[in-house]
Amino acid sequence: MPFLASLVNPSIGLIFWMSLTFVTVLFLLAKFAWKPILNGLKEREASIADALNEAKRAREEMATMSARNEELMRAAREEREQLLKEAREIRDREIAAAKDKAKAEAEALLARARTDIRNEKNAALHEMKNQVAELSILVAERILKEKLADSKAQQALVDKVMAEAQLRRS
Amino acid sequence: MLLKPLLRHAFLLLAALLAGRSTAQHGTPDHGGDHAGPAAAEAHAGAPAAKFNAGDLIMGHVGDEHGWHLWGHTSLPLPVILYNSERGLSVFSSARFDHGHRTYGGYALHEGMVVAVNAPDGTDAHQAVVDQRLTEATLDLSITKNVATMIVVSALLLWVFISVARAYGRRAGQAPTGLQNLVEPIILFVRDDVAKSAIGHKYEKYLPYLLTAFFFIFFGNLLGLVPFFPGGANLTGNIAVTGVLALITFIIVTVNGNRHYWQHIFAMPGVPGWVLAILTPVEVLGMFLKPFVLMIRLFANITAGHIIALSFYSLIFVFGETSAGAGYGVAIGSWAFTVFMFMLELLVAFIQAYVFTFLSAMYIGAAVEEPHHH
Repeated sequence: MPFLASLVNPSIGLIFWMSLTFVTVLFLLAKFAWKPILNGLKEREASIADALNEAKRAREEMATMSARNEELMRAAREEREQLLKEAREIRDREIAAAKDKAKAEAEALLARARTDIRNEKNAALHEMKNQVAELSILVAERILKEKLADSKAQQALVDKVMAEAQLRRS
Repeated sequence: MLLKPLLRHAFLLLAALLAGRSTAQHGTPDHGGDHAGPAAAEAHAGAPAAKFNAGDLIMGHVGDEHGWHLWGHTSLPLPVILYNSERGLSVFSSARFDHGHRTYGGYALHEGMVVAVNAPDGTDAHQAVVDQRLTEATLDLSITKNVATMIVVSALLLWVFISVARAYGRRAGQAPTGLQNLVEPIILFVRDDVAKSAIGHKYEKYLPYLLTAFFFIFFGNLLGLVPFFPGGANLTGNIAVTGVLALITFIIVTVNGNRHYWQHIFAMPGVPGWVLAILTPVEVLGMFLKPFVLMIRLFANITAGHIIALSFYSLIFVFGETSAGAGYGVAIGSWAFTVFMFMLELLVAFIQAYVFTFLSAMYIGAAVEEPHHH
Protein backbone atom coordinates (compact mmCIF):
# COMPACT_ATOMS: atom_id res chain seq x y z
CA MET A 1 0.00 0.00 0.00
CA PRO A 2 2.04 2.94 -1.22
CA PHE A 3 -0.29 5.55 0.32
CA LEU A 4 0.00 4.14 3.79
CA ALA A 5 3.75 4.11 3.34
CA SER A 6 3.69 7.76 2.34
CA LEU A 7 1.61 8.47 5.41
CA VAL A 8 4.24 7.25 7.84
CA ASN A 9 7.29 8.42 5.90
CA PRO A 10 8.05 11.99 6.89
CA SER A 11 8.97 14.10 3.88
CA ILE A 12 12.16 16.13 4.05
CA GLY A 13 10.50 19.23 2.64
CA LEU A 14 7.80 19.22 5.29
CA ILE A 15 10.36 18.65 8.07
CA PHE A 16 12.33 21.59 6.75
CA TRP A 17 9.35 23.93 6.50
CA MET A 18 7.89 22.78 9.76
CA SER A 19 11.14 23.40 11.62
CA LEU A 20 11.58 26.79 10.02
CA THR A 21 7.97 27.86 10.50
CA PHE A 22 7.60 26.56 14.01
CA VAL A 23 10.86 28.01 15.29
CA THR A 24 10.01 31.38 13.69
CA VAL A 25 6.51 31.35 15.14
CA LEU A 26 7.89 30.28 18.51
CA PHE A 27 10.37 33.13 18.48
CA LEU A 28 7.86 35.73 17.33
CA LEU A 29 5.17 34.62 19.73
CA ALA A 30 7.60 34.39 22.63
CA LYS A 31 8.78 37.92 22.01
CA PHE A 32 5.60 39.67 20.92
CA ALA A 33 2.81 37.63 22.44
CA TRP A 34 3.69 35.36 25.33
CA LYS A 35 5.90 37.85 27.11
CA PRO A 36 3.34 40.68 27.23
CA ILE A 37 0.46 38.27 27.82
CA LEU A 38 2.13 36.42 30.67
CA ASN A 39 3.40 39.65 32.18
CA GLY A 40 -0.04 41.18 31.85
CA LEU A 41 -1.60 38.15 33.51
CA LYS A 42 0.94 38.21 36.31
CA GLU A 43 0.42 41.92 36.85
CA ARG A 44 -3.33 41.54 36.84
CA GLU A 45 -3.13 38.64 39.28
CA ALA A 46 -0.85 40.69 41.51
CA SER A 47 -3.18 43.67 41.34
CA ILE A 48 -6.18 41.49 42.10
CA ALA A 49 -4.36 39.93 45.03
CA ASP A 50 -3.42 43.42 46.21
CA ALA A 51 -6.97 44.64 45.84
CA LEU A 52 -8.25 41.67 47.81
CA ASN A 53 -5.71 42.26 50.55
CA GLU A 54 -6.62 45.91 50.57
CA ALA A 55 -10.28 45.06 50.87
CA LYS A 56 -9.52 42.64 53.67
CA ARG A 57 -7.51 45.27 55.49
CA ALA A 58 -10.23 47.85 54.99
CA ARG A 59 -12.76 45.37 56.31
CA GLU A 60 -10.62 44.70 59.35
CA GLU A 61 -10.16 48.42 59.87
CA MET A 62 -13.89 48.88 59.61
CA ALA A 63 -14.38 46.16 62.17
CA THR A 64 -11.95 47.73 64.62
CA MET A 65 -13.47 51.12 63.96
CA SER A 66 -16.97 49.89 64.59
CA ALA A 67 -15.72 48.17 67.73
CA ARG A 68 -14.24 51.46 68.81
CA ASN A 69 -17.47 53.23 67.98
CA GLU A 70 -19.35 50.67 69.99
CA GLU A 71 -16.97 51.26 72.87
CA LEU A 72 -17.46 55.01 72.59
CA MET A 73 -21.21 54.62 72.44
CA ARG A 74 -21.14 52.37 75.44
CA ALA A 75 -18.98 54.84 77.36
CA ALA A 76 -21.27 57.68 76.38
CA ARG A 77 -24.27 55.70 77.48
CA GLU A 78 -22.64 54.88 80.78
CA GLU A 79 -21.74 58.50 81.32
CA ARG A 80 -25.27 59.55 80.61
CA GLU A 81 -26.53 56.97 83.06
CA GLN A 82 -24.06 58.26 85.59
CA LEU A 83 -25.10 61.85 85.04
CA LEU A 84 -28.74 60.98 85.27
CA LYS A 85 -28.12 59.02 88.42
CA GLU A 86 -26.21 61.89 89.94
CA ALA A 87 -28.90 64.33 88.94
CA ARG A 88 -31.49 62.12 90.49
CA GLU A 89 -29.49 61.86 93.66
CA ILE A 90 -29.00 65.60 93.81
CA ARG A 91 -32.69 66.16 93.28
CA ASP A 92 -33.59 63.63 95.92
CA ARG A 93 -31.18 65.18 98.30
CA GLU A 94 -32.52 68.66 97.65
CA ILE A 95 -36.06 67.54 98.03
CA ALA A 96 -35.18 65.78 101.30
CA ALA A 97 -33.36 68.82 102.56
CA ALA A 98 -36.25 71.06 101.62
CA LYS A 99 -38.66 68.70 103.35
CA ASP A 100 -36.51 68.65 106.47
CA LYS A 101 -36.29 72.39 106.50
CA ALA A 102 -39.99 72.80 106.06
CA LYS A 103 -40.64 70.30 108.81
CA ALA A 104 -38.23 72.06 111.15
CA GLU A 105 -39.80 75.36 110.38
CA ALA A 106 -43.25 73.98 110.95
CA GLU A 107 -42.14 72.49 114.22
CA ALA A 108 -40.52 75.74 115.31
CA LEU A 109 -43.71 77.51 114.42
CA LEU A 110 -45.74 75.04 116.38
CA ALA A 111 -43.39 75.30 119.32
CA ARG A 112 -43.65 79.06 119.32
CA ALA A 113 -47.38 78.84 119.03
CA ARG A 114 -47.47 76.44 121.94
CA THR A 115 -45.26 78.73 124.05
CA ASP A 116 -47.43 81.67 123.18
CA ILE A 117 -50.53 79.77 124.08
CA ARG A 118 -48.97 78.70 127.38
CA ASN A 119 -47.84 82.24 128.14
CA GLU A 120 -51.26 83.62 127.33
CA LYS A 121 -52.83 80.95 129.44
CA ASN A 122 -50.48 81.73 132.34
CA ALA A 123 -51.13 85.44 131.96
CA ALA A 124 -54.86 84.79 131.90
CA LEU A 125 -54.61 82.57 134.94
CA HIS A 126 -52.49 85.14 136.74
CA GLU A 127 -54.98 87.84 135.97
CA MET A 128 -57.83 85.63 137.05
CA LYS A 129 -56.02 84.92 140.35
CA ASN A 130 -55.43 88.62 140.90
CA GLN A 131 -59.03 89.41 140.17
CA VAL A 132 -60.21 86.55 142.45
CA ALA A 133 -57.85 87.89 145.18
CA GLU A 134 -59.12 91.43 144.73
CA LEU A 135 -62.66 90.18 144.77
CA SER A 136 -61.96 88.13 147.91
CA ILE A 137 -60.36 91.10 149.61
CA LEU A 138 -63.27 93.22 148.56
CA VAL A 139 -65.69 90.62 149.86
CA ALA A 140 -63.70 90.18 153.03
CA GLU A 141 -63.51 93.92 153.52
CA ARG A 142 -67.28 94.21 153.20
CA ILE A 143 -67.79 91.31 155.57
CA LEU A 144 -65.30 92.71 158.02
CA LYS A 145 -66.88 96.12 157.75
CA GLU A 146 -70.23 94.57 158.51
CA LYS A 147 -68.96 92.38 161.36
CA LEU A 148 -66.70 94.83 163.10
CA ALA A 149 -69.04 97.74 163.10
CA ASP A 150 -69.25 97.88 167.07
CA SER A 151 -66.36 98.02 169.39
CA LYS A 152 -67.32 94.94 171.23
CA ALA A 153 -67.08 92.75 168.34
CA GLN A 154 -63.73 94.31 167.58
CA GLN A 155 -62.52 93.47 171.11
CA ALA A 156 -63.73 89.96 170.80
CA LEU A 157 -61.84 89.45 167.59
CA VAL A 158 -58.70 90.92 169.02
CA ASP A 159 -58.97 88.60 171.92
CA LYS A 160 -59.52 85.65 169.71
CA VAL A 161 -56.56 86.47 167.47
CA MET A 162 -54.40 87.01 170.49
CA ALA A 163 -55.48 83.71 171.86
CA GLU A 164 -54.71 81.97 168.72
CA ALA A 165 -51.38 83.67 168.39
CA GLN A 166 -50.52 82.56 171.85
CA LEU A 167 -51.59 79.12 171.15
CA ARG A 168 -49.44 78.92 168.01
CA ARG A 169 -46.39 80.31 169.91
CA SER A 170 -46.64 77.72 172.62
CA MET B 1 -12.56 6.05 27.18
CA LEU B 2 -12.23 2.36 26.39
CA LEU B 3 -14.68 2.63 23.54
CA LYS B 4 -12.76 5.19 21.57
CA PRO B 5 -9.59 3.22 20.86
CA LEU B 6 -11.78 0.26 19.96
CA LEU B 7 -13.70 2.35 17.46
CA ARG B 8 -10.46 3.74 16.17
CA HIS B 9 -9.04 0.32 15.51
CA ALA B 10 -12.22 -0.89 13.89
CA PHE B 11 -12.32 1.98 11.49
CA LEU B 12 -8.62 2.02 10.81
CA LEU B 13 -9.15 -1.59 9.75
CA LEU B 14 -12.06 -0.54 7.59
CA ALA B 15 -9.97 2.20 6.05
CA ALA B 16 -7.16 -0.22 5.43
CA LEU B 17 -9.59 -2.57 3.69
CA LEU B 18 -10.91 0.25 1.56
CA ALA B 19 -7.37 1.29 0.76
CA GLY B 20 -6.57 -2.28 -0.14
CA ARG B 21 -9.51 -2.37 -2.48
CA SER B 22 -8.43 0.85 -4.01
CA THR B 23 -4.95 -0.41 -4.81
CA ALA B 24 -6.47 -3.47 -6.29
CA GLN B 25 -8.54 -1.28 -8.57
CA HIS B 26 -5.59 0.89 -9.21
CA GLY B 27 -4.53 -1.22 -12.18
CA THR B 28 -6.02 1.15 -14.74
CA PRO B 29 -2.94 3.00 -15.94
CA ASP B 30 -4.49 6.40 -16.57
CA HIS B 31 -5.18 6.98 -12.86
CA GLY B 32 -1.55 6.80 -11.91
CA GLY B 33 -0.93 10.03 -10.04
CA ASP B 34 -4.46 11.22 -9.59
CA HIS B 35 -5.77 11.27 -6.08
CA ALA B 36 -7.83 14.41 -6.33
CA GLY B 37 -11.07 12.62 -5.54
CA PRO B 38 -13.91 11.13 -7.52
CA ALA B 39 -14.84 14.29 -9.36
CA ALA B 40 -11.38 14.69 -10.78
CA ALA B 41 -11.28 11.02 -11.61
CA GLU B 42 -14.54 11.31 -13.45
CA ALA B 43 -13.45 14.39 -15.30
CA HIS B 44 -10.25 12.77 -16.44
CA ALA B 45 -10.15 12.48 -20.21
CA GLY B 46 -10.84 9.08 -21.68
CA ALA B 47 -11.78 7.33 -18.45
CA PRO B 48 -15.09 5.63 -19.17
CA ALA B 49 -17.41 5.89 -16.11
CA ALA B 50 -14.65 5.64 -13.53
CA LYS B 51 -15.63 3.85 -10.35
CA PHE B 52 -15.60 5.65 -7.06
CA ASN B 53 -12.39 4.97 -5.19
CA ALA B 54 -12.73 5.50 -1.46
CA GLY B 55 -9.10 4.70 -0.72
CA ASP B 56 -7.87 7.33 -3.15
CA LEU B 57 -10.27 9.87 -1.73
CA ILE B 58 -9.31 9.23 1.86
CA MET B 59 -5.60 8.98 1.29
CA GLY B 60 -5.70 12.04 -0.93
CA HIS B 61 -7.25 13.99 1.91
CA VAL B 62 -5.12 12.77 4.78
CA GLY B 63 -1.91 12.94 2.76
CA ASP B 64 -0.04 15.88 1.37
CA GLU B 65 -0.27 17.30 -2.13
CA HIS B 66 1.36 19.77 -4.47
CA GLY B 67 -1.29 22.39 -5.01
CA TRP B 68 -4.37 22.70 -2.87
CA HIS B 69 -7.41 20.87 -4.16
CA LEU B 70 -10.43 23.11 -3.62
CA TRP B 71 -13.34 21.41 -5.41
CA GLY B 72 -14.01 19.40 -8.52
CA HIS B 73 -11.21 20.06 -10.93
CA THR B 74 -10.09 23.30 -9.29
CA SER B 75 -6.90 23.50 -7.30
CA LEU B 76 -5.07 26.41 -5.75
CA PRO B 77 -1.60 26.32 -7.33
CA LEU B 78 1.26 26.38 -4.86
CA PRO B 79 4.97 26.89 -5.50
CA VAL B 80 7.01 23.80 -6.29
CA ILE B 81 10.59 24.19 -5.09
CA LEU B 82 13.06 21.52 -6.17
CA TYR B 83 16.80 21.26 -5.89
CA ASN B 84 19.38 18.85 -7.11
CA SER B 85 23.01 19.36 -7.98
CA GLU B 86 22.42 18.45 -11.64
CA ARG B 87 19.60 20.84 -12.50
CA GLY B 88 20.05 23.37 -9.69
CA LEU B 89 17.08 25.12 -8.10
CA SER B 90 13.74 24.93 -9.89
CA VAL B 91 10.81 27.01 -8.72
CA PHE B 92 7.50 26.94 -10.56
CA SER B 93 3.76 26.75 -9.95
CA SER B 94 2.18 23.41 -9.23
CA ALA B 95 -0.40 24.26 -11.90
CA ARG B 96 2.30 23.41 -14.49
CA PHE B 97 1.85 19.75 -13.61
CA ASP B 98 -1.83 19.99 -14.60
CA HIS B 99 -3.00 17.79 -11.70
CA GLY B 100 -0.20 15.38 -12.36
CA HIS B 101 -1.00 14.83 -16.03
CA ARG B 102 1.85 16.83 -17.53
CA THR B 103 5.58 17.07 -17.03
CA TYR B 104 7.33 20.36 -16.44
CA GLY B 105 10.99 21.38 -16.21
CA GLY B 106 12.05 17.77 -16.26
CA TYR B 107 9.78 16.80 -13.36
CA ALA B 108 6.41 15.14 -13.04
CA LEU B 109 4.06 14.08 -10.30
CA HIS B 110 3.85 10.39 -9.71
CA GLU B 111 1.42 9.24 -7.01
CA GLY B 112 1.65 12.68 -5.50
CA MET B 113 5.44 12.62 -5.35
CA VAL B 114 7.68 14.71 -7.54
CA VAL B 115 9.85 12.57 -9.77
CA ALA B 116 12.57 13.56 -12.17
CA VAL B 117 11.84 12.59 -15.78
CA ASN B 118 13.65 12.95 -19.03
CA ALA B 119 10.91 14.37 -21.21
CA PRO B 120 10.10 17.77 -22.73
CA ASP B 121 7.58 20.03 -20.92
CA GLY B 122 3.96 19.13 -21.37
CA THR B 123 4.47 15.44 -22.06
CA ASP B 124 1.85 13.12 -20.64
CA ALA B 125 3.21 12.36 -17.20
CA HIS B 126 2.30 8.68 -17.42
CA GLN B 127 4.29 8.22 -20.60
CA ALA B 128 7.40 9.94 -19.25
CA VAL B 129 10.33 7.78 -18.17
CA VAL B 130 11.24 8.28 -14.51
CA ASP B 131 14.89 8.99 -13.73
CA GLN B 132 15.15 7.00 -10.51
CA ARG B 133 18.69 8.12 -9.64
CA LEU B 134 17.94 11.82 -10.09
CA THR B 135 14.61 11.50 -8.27
CA GLU B 136 16.41 10.20 -5.22
CA ALA B 137 18.94 13.03 -5.42
CA THR B 138 16.24 15.71 -5.65
CA LEU B 139 15.32 17.69 -2.60
CA ASP B 140 11.63 18.62 -2.62
CA LEU B 141 11.11 21.81 -0.62
CA SER B 142 7.79 22.64 -2.24
CA ILE B 143 5.14 24.64 -0.51
CA THR B 144 2.70 21.77 -0.35
CA LYS B 145 -0.84 21.84 1.01
CA ASN B 146 0.48 21.09 4.49
CA VAL B 147 3.16 23.77 4.32
CA ALA B 148 0.52 26.25 3.18
CA THR B 149 -1.73 25.17 6.05
CA MET B 150 1.21 25.54 8.39
CA ILE B 151 1.62 29.11 7.16
CA VAL B 152 -2.12 29.73 7.63
CA VAL B 153 -1.94 28.34 11.18
CA SER B 154 1.15 30.43 11.92
CA ALA B 155 -0.49 33.56 10.57
CA LEU B 156 -3.58 32.83 12.65
CA LEU B 157 -1.46 32.26 15.74
CA LEU B 158 0.49 35.45 15.22
CA TRP B 159 -2.61 37.48 14.51
CA VAL B 160 -4.61 36.12 17.43
CA PHE B 161 -1.90 36.26 20.05
CA ILE B 162 -0.22 39.48 19.07
CA SER B 163 -3.58 41.25 19.06
CA VAL B 164 -4.37 39.64 22.41
CA ALA B 165 -0.97 40.76 23.69
CA ARG B 166 -1.84 44.29 22.61
CA ALA B 167 -5.06 44.05 24.56
CA TYR B 168 -3.03 43.28 27.67
CA GLY B 169 -1.02 46.43 27.13
CA ARG B 170 -4.05 48.54 26.33
CA ARG B 171 -6.24 47.26 29.10
CA ALA B 172 -3.61 46.57 31.74
CA GLY B 173 -5.09 45.35 34.99
CA GLN B 174 -8.61 45.29 33.61
CA ALA B 175 -10.92 42.37 32.98
CA PRO B 176 -10.35 40.65 29.61
CA THR B 177 -12.76 41.23 26.74
CA GLY B 178 -13.43 39.69 23.34
CA LEU B 179 -10.68 37.56 21.86
CA GLN B 180 -8.59 38.06 24.96
CA ASN B 181 -11.42 36.62 27.01
CA LEU B 182 -11.63 33.62 24.68
CA VAL B 183 -7.97 32.61 24.81
CA GLU B 184 -7.09 33.68 28.32
CA PRO B 185 -8.65 30.68 30.07
CA ILE B 186 -6.73 28.37 27.73
CA ILE B 187 -3.47 30.23 28.35
CA LEU B 188 -4.12 30.02 32.07
CA PHE B 189 -4.96 26.33 31.69
CA VAL B 190 -1.64 25.66 29.93
CA ARG B 191 0.23 27.76 32.45
CA ASP B 192 -1.35 26.44 35.63
CA ASP B 193 -2.51 22.92 34.83
CA VAL B 194 0.16 21.94 32.34
CA ALA B 195 3.37 23.86 32.93
CA LYS B 196 3.14 24.62 36.62
CA SER B 197 1.78 21.26 37.66
CA ALA B 198 4.20 19.21 35.55
CA ILE B 199 7.41 21.24 35.76
CA GLY B 200 7.18 23.02 39.07
CA HIS B 201 8.65 26.37 39.94
CA LYS B 202 10.97 26.51 36.90
CA TYR B 203 8.02 26.43 34.52
CA GLU B 204 8.32 29.98 33.23
CA LYS B 205 11.34 29.26 31.04
CA TYR B 206 9.45 26.55 29.13
CA LEU B 207 6.09 28.25 28.97
CA PRO B 208 6.62 29.96 25.59
CA TYR B 209 7.37 26.61 23.94
CA LEU B 210 4.49 24.83 25.65
CA LEU B 211 2.02 27.57 24.75
CA THR B 212 3.21 27.73 21.17
CA ALA B 213 3.09 23.95 20.79
CA PHE B 214 -0.34 23.78 22.39
CA PHE B 215 -1.90 26.45 20.23
CA PHE B 216 -0.10 25.30 17.08
CA ILE B 217 -1.52 21.82 17.53
CA PHE B 218 -4.92 23.06 18.67
CA PHE B 219 -5.32 25.49 15.77
CA GLY B 220 -3.94 22.90 13.35
CA ASN B 221 -6.40 20.31 14.65
CA LEU B 222 -9.34 22.68 14.38
CA LEU B 223 -8.34 23.86 10.94
CA GLY B 224 -8.11 20.23 9.88
CA LEU B 225 -11.75 19.79 10.84
CA VAL B 226 -12.91 22.62 8.60
CA PRO B 227 -13.90 20.76 5.44
CA PHE B 228 -13.20 23.57 2.97
CA PHE B 229 -10.39 25.99 2.14
CA PRO B 230 -8.32 27.06 4.06
CA GLY B 231 -9.01 24.04 6.25
CA GLY B 232 -9.17 20.39 5.42
CA ALA B 233 -5.48 19.64 5.39
CA ASN B 234 -4.25 16.97 7.75
CA LEU B 235 -1.46 19.11 9.18
CA THR B 236 -1.27 17.78 12.73
CA GLY B 237 -1.90 14.29 11.40
CA ASN B 238 1.27 14.49 9.38
CA ILE B 239 4.16 12.55 10.80
CA ALA B 240 6.75 15.12 9.70
CA VAL B 241 4.90 17.87 11.58
CA THR B 242 4.38 15.87 14.75
CA GLY B 243 7.95 14.58 14.42
CA VAL B 244 9.41 18.08 14.40
CA LEU B 245 7.33 19.03 17.44
CA ALA B 246 8.44 15.90 19.27
CA LEU B 247 12.03 16.56 18.26
CA ILE B 248 11.89 20.05 19.77
CA THR B 249 10.57 18.56 23.01
CA PHE B 250 13.41 16.03 22.89
CA ILE B 251 15.99 18.78 22.33
CA ILE B 252 14.60 20.86 25.20
CA VAL B 253 14.63 17.85 27.52
CA THR B 254 18.14 16.81 26.52
CA VAL B 255 19.65 20.28 26.68
CA ASN B 256 18.04 21.11 30.00
CA GLY B 257 18.46 17.74 31.64
CA ASN B 258 20.27 18.18 34.94
CA ARG B 259 22.67 15.88 36.78
CA HIS B 260 19.81 14.21 38.55
CA TYR B 261 18.11 13.38 35.23
CA TRP B 262 21.19 11.88 33.61
CA GLN B 263 22.03 10.01 36.76
CA HIS B 264 18.63 8.38 36.67
CA ILE B 265 19.19 7.30 33.10
CA PHE B 266 22.75 6.00 33.28
CA ALA B 267 23.14 5.06 36.90
CA MET B 268 19.86 4.79 38.74
CA PRO B 269 20.78 5.33 42.37
CA GLY B 270 20.10 2.52 44.77
CA VAL B 271 20.06 -0.18 42.11
CA PRO B 272 22.63 -3.00 42.14
CA GLY B 273 25.16 -3.16 39.30
CA TRP B 274 23.79 -6.20 37.51
CA VAL B 275 20.31 -4.67 37.36
CA LEU B 276 21.81 -1.50 35.93
CA ALA B 277 23.08 -3.56 33.01
CA ILE B 278 19.43 -4.17 32.10
CA LEU B 279 17.99 -0.93 33.35
CA THR B 280 20.34 1.52 31.67
CA PRO B 281 19.63 0.33 28.11
CA VAL B 282 15.92 0.49 28.89
CA GLU B 283 16.26 4.01 30.25
CA VAL B 284 18.32 5.12 27.27
CA LEU B 285 15.76 3.60 24.94
CA GLY B 286 13.03 5.35 26.93
CA MET B 287 14.77 8.67 26.38
CA PHE B 288 14.16 8.32 22.65
CA LEU B 289 10.93 6.42 22.95
CA LYS B 290 9.13 9.22 24.78
CA PRO B 291 9.37 11.78 21.97
CA PHE B 292 8.76 9.01 19.44
CA VAL B 293 5.52 8.13 21.17
CA LEU B 294 4.60 11.82 21.28
CA MET B 295 5.04 11.95 17.53
CA ILE B 296 3.04 8.78 16.85
CA ARG B 297 0.21 9.60 19.24
CA LEU B 298 -0.65 12.94 17.71
CA PHE B 299 -0.19 11.68 14.16
CA ALA B 300 -2.30 8.58 14.66
CA ASN B 301 -5.11 10.29 16.57
CA ILE B 302 -5.63 13.06 14.10
CA THR B 303 -5.16 10.93 11.01
CA ALA B 304 -7.52 8.30 12.37
CA GLY B 305 -10.16 10.94 12.98
CA HIS B 306 -9.87 12.17 9.40
CA ILE B 307 -9.97 8.64 8.02
CA ILE B 308 -13.09 7.74 9.99
CA ALA B 309 -15.02 10.83 8.94
CA LEU B 310 -14.02 10.35 5.32
CA SER B 311 -14.81 6.62 5.45
CA PHE B 312 -18.35 7.39 6.41
CA TYR B 313 -18.72 9.87 3.60
CA SER B 314 -17.21 7.35 1.23
CA LEU B 315 -19.78 4.79 2.30
CA ILE B 316 -22.46 7.02 0.80
CA PHE B 317 -20.78 6.93 -2.58
CA VAL B 318 -19.85 3.26 -2.37
CA PHE B 319 -23.50 2.39 -1.81
CA GLY B 320 -24.64 5.09 -4.19
CA GLU B 321 -22.81 3.26 -6.95
CA THR B 322 -24.86 0.12 -6.46
CA SER B 323 -28.14 2.04 -6.34
CA ALA B 324 -29.13 5.62 -5.73
CA GLY B 325 -31.64 4.55 -3.07
CA ALA B 326 -28.99 2.71 -1.08
CA GLY B 327 -26.79 5.79 -1.34
CA TYR B 328 -29.45 8.06 0.12
CA GLY B 329 -30.32 5.48 2.76
CA VAL B 330 -26.75 5.14 3.89
CA ALA B 331 -26.31 8.89 3.66
CA ILE B 332 -28.60 9.46 6.65
CA GLY B 333 -26.69 7.08 8.89
CA SER B 334 -23.35 8.27 7.58
CA TRP B 335 -24.29 11.85 8.07
CA ALA B 336 -25.43 11.23 11.63
CA PHE B 337 -22.31 9.29 12.47
CA THR B 338 -20.06 11.85 10.86
CA VAL B 339 -21.68 14.59 12.91
CA PHE B 340 -21.01 12.48 15.98
CA MET B 341 -17.43 11.93 14.85
CA PHE B 342 -17.05 15.62 14.21
CA MET B 343 -18.10 16.40 17.78
CA LEU B 344 -15.70 13.79 19.02
CA GLU B 345 -12.94 15.24 16.88
CA LEU B 346 -13.58 18.70 18.30
CA LEU B 347 -12.93 17.19 21.69
CA VAL B 348 -9.94 15.27 20.37
CA ALA B 349 -8.54 18.49 18.87
CA PHE B 350 -8.30 19.91 22.35
CA ILE B 351 -7.37 16.70 24.12
CA GLN B 352 -4.51 15.87 21.78
CA ALA B 353 -3.11 19.38 21.99
CA TYR B 354 -3.36 19.05 25.77
CA VAL B 355 -1.86 15.58 25.87
CA PHE B 356 1.08 16.54 23.68
CA THR B 357 1.78 19.66 25.72
CA PHE B 358 1.25 17.95 29.04
CA LEU B 359 3.52 15.02 28.23
CA SER B 360 6.16 17.41 26.89
CA ALA B 361 5.88 19.33 30.15
CA MET B 362 6.17 16.07 32.09
CA TYR B 363 9.35 15.11 30.26
CA ILE B 364 10.78 18.58 30.79
CA GLY B 365 9.69 18.39 34.40
CA ALA B 366 11.49 15.09 34.85
CA ALA B 367 14.62 16.57 33.25
CA VAL B 368 14.82 19.68 35.41
CA GLU B 369 13.47 18.20 38.63
CA GLU B 370 15.64 18.69 41.68
CA PRO B 371 16.60 15.54 43.56
CA HIS B 372 14.14 14.61 46.28
CA HIS B 373 15.30 14.03 49.78
CA HIS B 374 14.16 10.50 50.37
